[in-house]
Amino acid sequence: MIEDLILKLKKEIIDQLQLEGMTPEEVDPEAPLFGEEGLGLDSIDVLELVVLLDKNYGIKIRAAPKEGPKIFYSIKTIAEYILDQQKK
Amino acid sequence: MELLITRYIQLQDRRVSLNGIVEYVSEVESVDKLFRSVYRHYDIDYPKFFKMDNLCKLAFLSAEIILRGTDIPQKYPGEEIGIILENASSSLEYDRKHMESIRDGNRYFPSPSVFVYTIPNIMVAEIAIRHEVKGENAVFILEQFGPGFIHHYVSELFGNQQVSCCLSGWVECYGDHYQSFLFIIEQEDKIKGYKGLQEYVIFDTANMEKLFKGKPI
Repeated sequence: MIEDLILKLKKEIIDQLQLEGMTPEEVDPEAPLFGEEGLGLDSIDVLELVVLLDKNYGIKIRAAPKEGPKIFYSIKTIAEYILDQQKK
Repeated sequence: MELLITRYIQLQDRRVSLNGIVEYVSEVESVDKLFRSVYRHYDIDYPKFFKMDNLCKLAFLSAEIILRGTDIPQKYPGEEIGIILENASSSLEYDRKHMESIRDGNRYFPSPSVFVYTIPNIMVAEIAIRHEVKGENAVFILEQFGPGFIHHYVSELFGNQQVSCCLSGWVECYGDHYQSFLFIIEQEDKIKGYKGLQEYVIFDTANMEKLFKGKPI
């Protein structure tokens, strides 16, 4: 279940953030999204992820801004957050 | 003190010309593919390029190519390098794209990465970030290339010692139409190994007009 969601998220993020030349297979779901180690996303990208969760999953992050760094740490943490929200 | 155009670039009609010499001709037709082909031809490594709108891609590529191989970033402190640009369509393409994303109240999903390009000055910002330029900058919207305005404005900046070097010109992009003409302006006495005017172009309105139209000086 979570594996399917992670793959879907990888595709959506590559497409939405225009990560040129990157394939889902190349993206480590546990790597940090920000900083030099992972995908190297910036502040505009995180806003784009917030919109993506709202648009594609109906989840509004603004209700829990303090959780942001934990939710957006990696693709896996985003997937876990989506599953958690869908249970509620 | 004479102000000189020490280098100029044109990117239009699928061609990149540096100092009047054609360096690259692309076979692709679409603007998107063309800019990607220029990026790859010049072996540029800057992933953020792919996130830019076409106006910024055009400005970025033009600046990248004209500054490549020069000592401009080393010779002048970032605070003394200015960027003064003109265009006609401002950021209209992304303004429209943003408008489409907020037109329907039931599907109101404005994209931050689109919104950030709804101001033409962002092309100056992209160049400034890449080349650590921190000096005076502005983008002016004119119906057509205005060399007289650039001459007046940039001469004032040099006269007031606000800049020691300036990247200036025209960067226009809307739909299938794109055209850039950028040039570097420096003071005669700051040019290392200056051997006379035969190597450079005097920075004046008539010369800018000629270079813009591809006519000999």
